[in-house]
Amino acid sequence: MSNLKLIIRREFIARVRNKTFVVMTFLSPLIFVGMIGLITWLTSLSKDEVHEIALLDETGVFEPYFKNSKGMSYIQYSDLSLNDAKDSVIAKDLYGLLYIPKNKSNKELEKAIQFYAEEAPNIDVLQRIEKIISEELTHQNFEKEGVDVAVIESSKAKVDIQIENFLGEKTSKISNYVKMFFGGLAGYLLLMFVVIYGNMVMRSVIEEKTSRIIEVIISSVKPVQLMIGKILGTTLAGVLQFFIWVIIGSVLFVGASFYLGVELQPESTVQVSEVLQEEVNNQAQLIFQDISNLPLVSLTILFLIYFIGGYFLYSSIYAAIGAAVDSETDSQQFMLPIIVPLMLAFYVGVFAVIENPHGTVSTVFSMIPLTSPIVMLMRVPFGVDWWQILISILLLFGSIWFMVIFAAKIYKIGILMYGKKPSYREIYKWLKY
Amino acid sequence: MTNLLEVQNATKRFGAFTALQDVSIEVPKGSIFGLLGPNGAGKTTLIRIINQITIPDQGKVYLDNEPLQPMHIKDIGYLPEERGLYKSMKVGEQALYLAQLKGLSKREARERLKYWFDKFDITHWWDKKIQELSKGMAQKVQFIVTVLHRPKLLIFDEPFSGFDPINANVIKDEILQLRDEGATVIFSTHRMESVEELCDHIALINKSKKILDGKVSDIKRAYKTSTFEVGLKAENKNGLLDTLNNKFNTTPADFKTIDDQLKLKITLEDTMSSNDLLGYLSDKGQVLRFNEVIPSVNEIFIKTITENE
Repeated sequence: MSNLKLIIRREFIARVRNKTFVVMTFLSPLIFVGMIGLITWLTSLSKDEVHEIALLDETGVFEPYFKNSKGMSYIQYSDLSLNDAKDSVIAKDLYGLLYIPKNKSNKELEKAIQFYAEEAPNIDVLQRIEKIISEELTHQNFEKEGVDVAVIESSKAKVDIQIENFLGEKTSKISNYVKMFFGGLAGYLLLMFVVIYGNMVMRSVIEEKTSRIIEVIISSVKPVQLMIGKILGTTLAGVLQFFIWVIIGSVLFVGASFYLGVELQPESTVQVSEVLQEEVNNQAQLIFQDISNLPLVSLTILFLIYFIGGYFLYSSIYAAIGAAVDSETDSQQFMLPIIVPLMLAFYVGVFAVIENPHGTVSTVFSMIPLTSPIVMLMRVPFGVDWWQILISILLLFGSIWFMVIFAAKIYKIGILMYGKKPSYREIYKWLKY
Repeated sequence: MTNLLEVQNATKRFGAFTALQDVSIEVPKGSIFGLLGPNGAGKTTLIRIINQITIPDQGKVYLDNEPLQPMHIKDIGYLPEERGLYKSMKVGEQALYLAQLKGLSKREARERLKYWFDKFDITHWWDKKIQELSKGMAQKVQFIVTVLHRPKLLIFDEPFSGFDPINANVIKDEILQLRDEGATVIFSTHRMESVEELCDHIALINKSKKILDGKVSDIKRAYKTSTFEVGLKAENKNGLLDTLNNKFNTTPADFKTIDDQLKLKITLEDTMSSNDLLGYLSDKGQVLRFNEVIPSVNEIFIKTITENE
């Protein structure tokens, strides 16, 4: 067996046998599902909460419009004075006190209504109250001007644009969110993979350096061989983990959609019936329909390509950093060249891509090698021209070559340097040895 | 005798710092060659050049009359001063891995490991992790890994550090046996008594330059000064001392004796032989001790280094 193969095998086995790897691989999907469940549960909890609001309407006009609704109930305080009402609200520990003063014109009233509360009230609660009062004031204004409110009501139009692609598939508006979610998930996953596996490479380099086995190894193999073998072995571990996740994810997805009764036929045009669309209960079905309409297979393949490319690019930097320092704590000062482009990519993804997936910023950043893996993955669900993907991948893999040469120069000097904490300047000098 | 290894005019600079300047050594086949020098003299750089870890800026290295090249890696076994093995890897797996990196097939490596593990009686360590072993135990494993592929050239950097006297002796015997089986050994150390005991040839490096090399016996011959350590029993001790002081170039000597005697070192001029001196002394009193002072490697080491300061 060639030395490179031996190294790759050792590194792969060392990663995969690690307890953290096993736990992460099988527990993360469960944790992920658990998190979604927890968030859903927490949101439903806060929805069940009922805000009790004291209503002191001195005009007596608005009172009938405040009806108990979901999450809000009103208690009549209209026969109390403002001060008594405040005391009572505090004593009874109510959510707040809505005070509508009398003897004001409609114009003055717009600014004169007050809400007393111990803590800043929920925006949603305020908006609902404002809506009720605004609507009633508008009605009054219309009537004052002699406009028939019934006519206005009946002439109000409500537009609901139906989205359909050129192939005739109808999609819901949720589909954009689904694309964002999957693009974001892929980008985020890649970011995590690069950071976690890059760190593994760095730790393993530091371990070899501190345990001093490095000198034994490089008296048998070339340092560059060791570095590349280490990165490749760790990549394989990452790919294995990703495949296990894809399998677990697919099983969960197929299981869930079976449970919800969605027919999974990605090839055929899925007709979303009108009835389905209107039923809120079938929202989940729709989302699943959208997911199954996504280019999941090409997304998975592209994820792998970009993961391998992006990871190779970054882990060569990680390996160089690991070689330059003596301990993990010392590595912090060199993390900047990794963290800045990663964060930049992620924020470009979150802000620019979601705003406009095919805008200039998104396109440029999906070409620059250090940011392209994350940004391009976030763009892919929205549909990207194949030539853009091709250019981006070519640029990425071309730059890997330069990065590996660059990192190897630092690496082969660094692994034999002990005791000193190098500076950026010193590392620059190593490049010229 | 042919040389297994020849280093010719090796120079290595790291930026402005010169680690090795114009150093040449010749290591005869089948010898134990001591590479000596104070800390930071450049020994490790030289060893790394021989191991092809570092490439010299100038100079050539020949192994067995061939210019040093990557295929020679399997001909060299190197035990670095800073020992190291993967801490969380099992002993057996690790030894197999390192042996395979040196070009052994898995089967071959396993067979040879079995021989060595039996020899050192450590077969039960096979499935232990290095971190479960003591430092000395890990060193034994590392020694085995170094010699397992039966290299022509063995380089040991401080091989005895970390071993208790018993195990140090075991290792010493193994090194001698390997030499007898035809291996050539380069031996880098600060422990001069082991140099004295083992080495046939030495090279002394100081401040990146070689300042002395050759056969140990030749060097000692060159450094001896016809000085003799003498113990005399006489009636009139003080009178005799004065006479000797006048006649010869003397220095006080100190060695342990049972009874009181005159102890001193006498350095002879070229005109006088040791027999002449012995004859002269036996007339003056009873000669209880008479031996030539041969400088120890340690003394030569210190003397050469301080002279070169």
